[in-house]
Amino acid sequence: MAEEVKYTPQTWPEHPETANLEGKNKFLGFWLFLGGETVLFASLFATYLALKNKGPEGMEFTTQSLFELPLVFVMTMLLLTSSLTSVYAMYHMKNFNFRGVQTWMAITVLLGFGFLALEIYEFYHYVHIGFTYSQSAFSSSFFTLVGTHGLHVVIGLGWIILLMLRNAKRGLSIYTAQKYYTASLYWHFIDVVWVFIFTVVYLMGVMS
Amino acid sequence: MSAIAQKKGFGSALWDWLTTVDHKKIAILYLASGGFFFVVGGIEAMLIRIQLAVPDNSFLSAGLYNEILTMHGTTMIFLAAMPILFGYMNAVVPLQIGARDVAFPFLNSLGFWLFFFGGIFLNLSWFMGGAPDAGWTSYASLSLYSPGHGIDFYALGLQISGAGTYIAGINFLVTIINMRAPGMTYMRMPLFTWTTFVASALILFAFPPLTIGLFFLIFDRMFGANFFDHTMGGNTIIWEHLFWIFGHPEVYILILPAFGIFSEIFAIFSRKRLFGYSAMVFATVLIGFLGFMVWAHHMFTVGLGPTANAIFAVATMAIAVPTGVKIFNWLLTIWGGSIKVTTPMLYALGFIPSFVAGGVTGVMQAAAPLDYQLHDSYFIVAHFHYVIVGGVVLAILAGLHLYWPLMFNTMLSEKLGKITFWFFFLGFHATFFIQHFLGLMGMPRRVYTFIEGQGWDLFNFISSMGAILMAIGVIVLVINIVMTTVKNVPVGNDPWKDGRTLEWAIPQPVPFYNFKRTPLVRGLDTFWIEKQEGNKEGMSYAEPLSDIHMPNNSFIPFVMSLGLFIAAFGALYNGEKAWAVPVLVIGLGITLASMATRSLKDDHGYHIHKEDLMDHKGGNY
Amino acid sequence: MGHDTHVVVAKNKTQYEYARRKRSQTMQMQVVTFAIMIFLTFIAFAAVAAGMSAYYVGPVILLLAAIQVVLQLYYFMHMSEKGHNMPAFFLYSGALFGFTFVITFLTIVWW
Ligand code: HEM
Ligand SMILES: [Cu+2]
Repeated sequence: MAEEVKYTPQTWPEHPETANLEGKNKFLGFWLFLGGETVLFASLFATYLALKNKGPEGMEFTTQSLFELPLVFVMTMLLLTSSLTSVYAMYHMKNFNFRGVQTWMAITVLLGFGFLALEIYEFYHYVHIGFTYSQSAFSSSFFTLVGTHGLHVVIGLGWIILLMLRNAKRGLSIYTAQKYYTASLYWHFIDVVWVFIFTVVYLMGVMS
Repeated sequence: MSAIAQKKGFGSALWDWLTTVDHKKIAILYLASGGFFFVVGGIEAMLIRIQLAVPDNSFLSAGLYNEILTMHGTTMIFLAAMPILFGYMNAVVPLQIGARDVAFPFLNSLGFWLFFFGGIFLNLSWFMGGAPDAGWTSYASLSLYSPGHGIDFYALGLQISGAGTYIAGINFLVTIINMRAPGMTYMRMPLFTWTTFVASALILFAFPPLTIGLFFLIFDRMFGANFFDHTMGGNTIIWEHLFWIFGHPEVYILILPAFGIFSEIFAIFSRKRLFGYSAMVFATVLIGFLGFMVWAHHMFTVGLGPTANAIFAVATMAIAVPTGVKIFNWLLTIWGGSIKVTTPMLYALGFIPSFVAGGVTGVMQAAAPLDYQLHDSYFIVAHFHYVIVGGVVLAILAGLHLYWPLMFNTMLSEKLGKITFWFFFLGFHATFFIQHFLGLMGMPRRVYTFIEGQGWDLFNFISSMGAILMAIGVIVLVINIVMTTVKNVPVGNDPWKDGRTLEWAIPQPVPFYNFKRTPLVRGLDTFWIEKQEGNKEGMSYAEPLSDIHMPNNSFIPFVMSLGLFIAAFGALYNGEKAWAVPVLVIGLGITLASMATRSLKDDHGYHIHKEDLMDHKGGNY
Repeated sequence: MGHDTHVVVAKNKTQYEYARRKRSQTMQMQVVTFAIMIFLTFIAFAAVAAGMSAYYVGPVILLLAAIQVVLQLYYFMHMSEKGHNMPAFFLYSGALFGFTFVITFLTIVWW
């Protein structure tokens, strides 16, 4: 069967992700899914912008009083770097270097966990000072937007870890390479969304 | 799963249906469950019309009326019309483009089971403390304060079935983009494929906003969020926007495939190439695009201001242009054709005046100042039933006759079919035409009864009588289906004799791998071209006979959907029952575990070998 | 499902070396892209931290975000390569619709 072909770096195709029909379908289907995700996040952003700083009479929380830029900056750096490390993983995938793929994916996962830890800390902090999910329309829309992104990070991490585990014995094949490729697209998309979050939510939130 | 025919016991047959990933079987699953929900929604409609037949009626209480009304609309749109259309898409599109299956057979099955469990969940509300009662639009100002769990059933049920629809949309997009047979360029794609393509793109972009809106509703009602509560800074208009950003494209998701079915019918039974093919394609794409830019016409009276109202009014009216293009192209297709008035053709002919009437009232409502008068009156009810029943449902009934032989290798009775048509068609106009006038006379929509002597009594009575005619039509149809199935006379391929596209060229019953060899498409209406040239086989081939790769059946989609179904009960009773959170976790756990199983196992499918194909003629599973 | 027609072709040594070099050049480009992205991020944070008037900074940081996203899409996600017409079309359609939603939510969600 086709999938059992043993490849060498010389025979490994230039574009394993689209080397067969299944791959082409997966590739396109995943991109379309990202198109839908764009609309999904746009709806969340739109709602957040409509409800920003809106709350019950006399609410003391505002974007200005809440957000701390240094924390967001560190989170941004972690996530941006993890985007680059997953590019490295794909680079090694194209070179048919499985160890390279696993190593760089592992680094990506570590950076992702770093991001997630800071986000959890941030949320915990907000809840601690009384800015809970139910506190106001503002809090609901904030936590839902940023939390949905965070959920994507969690799913991305789970996905990549699962891939690394399942493929540890299997190694690289057209079949497994395609799985890595879609996972890395997903990871980049998470970064794309974050760029808008740090700009629209945090930076524009603290702007005077 | 061998290619050799075998007798199966009930258990293994059931197992086969639960695990199938074959688009032809999934089509039947969609058709059967959609048909079931169509009957449920129809019974609800009859109850509504009985209640409104006479003034001051007490057949239904006010609360129960609201529940029935809400469930009627929700069921018809989400659980009847869309799934039945998905059934046709599954049955027809892969064959029409010369593909062996859809792009993602596994996801195809997952999409179906999600829809199915979502629909069941929604309808279980009847037995678990009451159905949703805030209308199919479920405006947040009403739905937030609706007591009981009806709205929760609505939000969670639609969330699950919506996920299925979303998956199905992506699946069809990829199938159509990537899996067309050699020679099938975009501009040779039959219109039903084109409309499926555009409708799927609409699903891709319209369902995420609905998902978000439903999540907000779920969070507000079940998890203490404040999106719509104005005392906490929330705003119910956000729901209206999100709902209609989804809702208007949704009506095009329904009508475009209907347009596709009618385009096929007009060409087949006029025995002529579809007039203005490229204009038809262009109009389809344009409608799809404009469909996203008009949602606020449902919110004219909210008070968005004259600027916004003007922009959305003009955009709405613009949609009438490509729609008009389509109408004229259909008329010109019939013009000078040698027409055969079969049952599908009869529906198609009935569709044109009905749909035009619905379109005209649509343009009337698009004039914002006039809409202040028409809004929330029976005029609106008349409008959308003219487009949905006069367009979508007529297409569904036409498609049932047209594609029955393709799906079951036997034909519905033409005679009974025509009887159904006349009952249904006349009943439809009797029911809804008069509602325009009820609206103009001031009768508001969504009222459970009305006071005698306002001049509405007779018209309401006529409307209810019309509904009885439609019901008779549907009963005759059910008899027709039963009789046809019992007789089961095989008809072979191209039973209408005038098929033009690939799906009619394939041998019947269709082999489970579809095309033994991938066909070569030589033009628009490729089967017609082959027939004209006297090709007995009806197809040219693009490749020699070789092994065929097939996907494995899988039970995972069923389990995955079941997990969400279970989790939904947990979310619904959150904060009320002690078992709620554990059930939520268990349900999600089942879904996640089945996703992990899917990911961890290698599933390469299997091959049918050339030698086995050689002596395999028919399509016995 | 289509017929599987896997033809496994081995590159000769020159082809192989060439492809490898090509890939490592692309990778260098990616690192440059990354540097630009970090730089843009830095400017955005600095502009806001410096407390300049929102009137100027707002549009600028939105533009920086847009540029950064384009870089991410075209280089990190390879949209600049062949075979990305459909992905680009659907992503842009989604972005266009999404943009309309944001505009309307900013203008016609009122109290
Ligand atoms: C020429 C094309 C069309 C135009 C100009 C149009 C226009 C409109 C307008 C302006 C409204 C809002 C009326 C109000 O609530 O005050 C409306 C309502 C509605 N339309 Fe259309 N429409 C068109 C086609 C369709 C089609 C093709 C369908 C479905 C297949 C459809 C289904 C509906 C539904 C379901 C509603 C009512 C929603 C509700 O409030 O419950 N329309 N239409
Ligand atoms: Cu509309």
